[in-house]
Amino acid sequence: MTWTRRHLITIEELSLREIEQVHSTAAAFKKILGRNVKKVPVLRGKTIVNLFLEPSTRTRLAFDMAAKRLSADVIAFDASSSSTQKGETLRDTAENIQALNADMIVIRHAAAGSPLYLSKILDIPVINAGDGAHEHPTQGLLDTFTMKEHLGSLKGRKVAILGDILFSRVARSNIHALTKMGAAVTLVGPSTLVPHGFTTLGARVSHDLKSALADADVVMLLRIQHERQGHRHFPSLGEYTSMFGLNKTRASWLNPQAIIMHPGPINRGVEIDSELADGERSVILEQVTNGIAVRMAVLYLCAGYQPEHVISSTQ
Amino acid sequence: MPPLWIRNARIIDPAARRDSVGDLFALGGRIVAGLSAADLKKARKIDAKGLVATPGLVDIHVHFREPGQTHKETIATGSRAAAAGGFTTVVCMPNTTPPADNAGTIQYIMDAIRRDSLVKVLPTGCITIGMGGETLAPIGSLKRAGVVAITDDGDCVQSNELMRRAIEYAKMFDLPVMDHCQDQSMTEGAVMNEGDMSIRLGLRGWPNAAEDVIVSRNVIISSYTGAHIHMQHISSARSVEILRRAKADAVRVTGEATPHHIALTDAELATYDTNFKMNPPLRTEVDRRAIIAGLRDGTLDCIATDHAPHTDYEKDKEFDYAPNGIIGLETALAVVLDVLVRQSRFRLSHAVDLMTRKPAGLLGLPAGTLAVGAAADICLFDPEEVWTYDAKAGQSKSSNSPWSGRKLRGRVKTTIVDGRVVFPIAAS
Repeated sequence: MTWTRRHLITIEELSLREIEQVHSTAAAFKKILGRNVKKVPVLRGKTIVNLFLEPSTRTRLAFDMAAKRLSADVIAFDASSSSTQKGETLRDTAENIQALNADMIVIRHAAAGSPLYLSKILDIPVINAGDGAHEHPTQGLLDTFTMKEHLGSLKGRKVAILGDILFSRVARSNIHALTKMGAAVTLVGPSTLVPHGFTTLGARVSHDLKSALADADVVMLLRIQHERQGHRHFPSLGEYTSMFGLNKTRASWLNPQAIIMHPGPINRGVEIDSELADGERSVILEQVTNGIAVRMAVLYLCAGYQPEHVISSTQ
Repeated sequence: MPPLWIRNARIIDPAARRDSVGDLFALGGRIVAGLSAADLKKARKIDAKGLVATPGLVDIHVHFREPGQTHKETIATGSRAAAAGGFTTVVCMPNTTPPADNAGTIQYIMDAIRRDSLVKVLPTGCITIGMGGETLAPIGSLKRAGVVAITDDGDCVQSNELMRRAIEYAKMFDLPVMDHCQDQSMTEGAVMNEGDMSIRLGLRGWPNAAEDVIVSRNVIISSYTGAHIHMQHISSARSVEILRRAKADAVRVTGEATPHHIALTDAELATYDTNFKMNPPLRTEVDRRAIIAGLRDGTLDCIATDHAPHTDYEKDKEFDYAPNGIIGLETALAVVLDVLVRQSRFRLSHAVDLMTRKPAGLLGLPAGTLAVGAAADICLFDPEEVWTYDAKAGQSKSSNSPWSGRKLRGRVKTTIVDGRVVFPIAAS
């Protein structure tokens, strides 16, 4: 089956087959990352614009790295230094970027739906690098890629996502990816941050940490975004940690082979004990590395290449 | 102005419980029982075979943006949109720039109406200075200047104490108070209904509870003071139920429903189209059905459009950043015919009542009837004509409509104000 998408906006709209295509393409690119010469000439002569209108470290560096590994030219466009600060609309900004002959645009934006909006305006591929609390598709793809590396097929696997689900685009993208892949997803955290409505996305909702973690194969922690919540959704970070923070005792409830994941940035001592974050079950830094391979795959596929050509592309 | 002779129309006049085919006559701008042979001869004749003739439609909730936001709409363009939609009397909201919180601004608006309007536009004034929710506006002076109601539309008065005093004070002038029911502490940053769709889309939710809390508050203080509060654009099933019980207890509260809240739900937001963004937001199918049921049993008193023009460049934004509101005057009748008459099996006369006699009665306006002696304000429409609405080709200065490009059934053919045809609009 050929890859036909030009944009990557959500995981919700991807088929299982498409998710697997990204994963297999990423696996091939990951091999390059171990080489001496880490670059392939696939996107030579192409320009990718990273339009990051919301702060980001990891995602932006990973996209930057991925594009460079594919030999694309990368232009970074910062919210703080740009004309959006002067009141330029997103449409005007994007049309200007297209007029500057960019070949692809990677957008991170605080407003949900803005990548979809851009994809309707522009003729060039638009890659969503996180839109508000909506989706962060490359994160969901790299997280499931990482899980597969450790667990093999995710069918029937138990994945617990713990923390601030309501405001999390990472949670939403992972829920969509994992349910398509046949995993059983449990969302756990305070009732104000894990509303019952998430069951409509195919996940289970729980406020009982012990039962949610019991026999889980994966626990994915999410950062408590206290800057977004205005201190209304739970009493204090201290109480959050005491009720829902992952510590050694609680980690012992997991399946013994379980992995611990976190998309970053971590609030050490809040959602996770520092020693667990650095412990042997933690795959947090693998996620970061895999983030490059997965984003190479996404850029490659959305640029119009096919998954089956990736081997020859990486020779 | 020549006499008017409308022939062979299906005349629906809810105030007179009339629904029959016949002729309508106007002389000197008023409805008359018949014309003399001489007047018949020189009358302007309109063949209305197959058309429905109703009292000119009445909309008690429009935004005409003048003064101050005339890039969106003006009294001239807004009144043209009203005429195109069959409306002959509209009540405009005071959230202009500056807000209509003083007699001088009302005077300015009155002058513009007199100069520019094709239909009867009636102003409202603010409840509080600058719609700031802190100090009462000069409500008596506003009344004297000509307002037909007061409201801080869009900026619901949050203080229960101030709202209580406002309605008590306005009652002295027999001036209705209209409230946009929203507890702002519960809707910070909210851009759509809180529910399954907001979870899916990752947008901040506006819970229906934030409306219900204020509707309840209003029921309680209306009951306490005996003053009339009209609840604007009810969007929640629970609010309908609260009003139903209040009316059973004879509390002086009334409510309106918009065409969009009876026709659409938050499922429309899947593509983040900002032409479906308004406040209060589109809610669920349960809410939509409850509002229709409220209109059916009289819990909700009328249809009002909340015609809220915004320019393309203002609406063409990220969903979070686009302003709330859609235009509605030119599509209201077709949408109401579709939802209430065809889908929900309301009698046509009932639907017409909700757009004529009922809204006029709420504010005590001399409109909404075809009785002999009444102003000859008439709407003639073809209930079956199928047409494609193109908002850009419409009369409003703005085109922010969720129905643009959609097929509608039922179309206004002629609108008459004081015996004069105002739509189709004469070339000037």
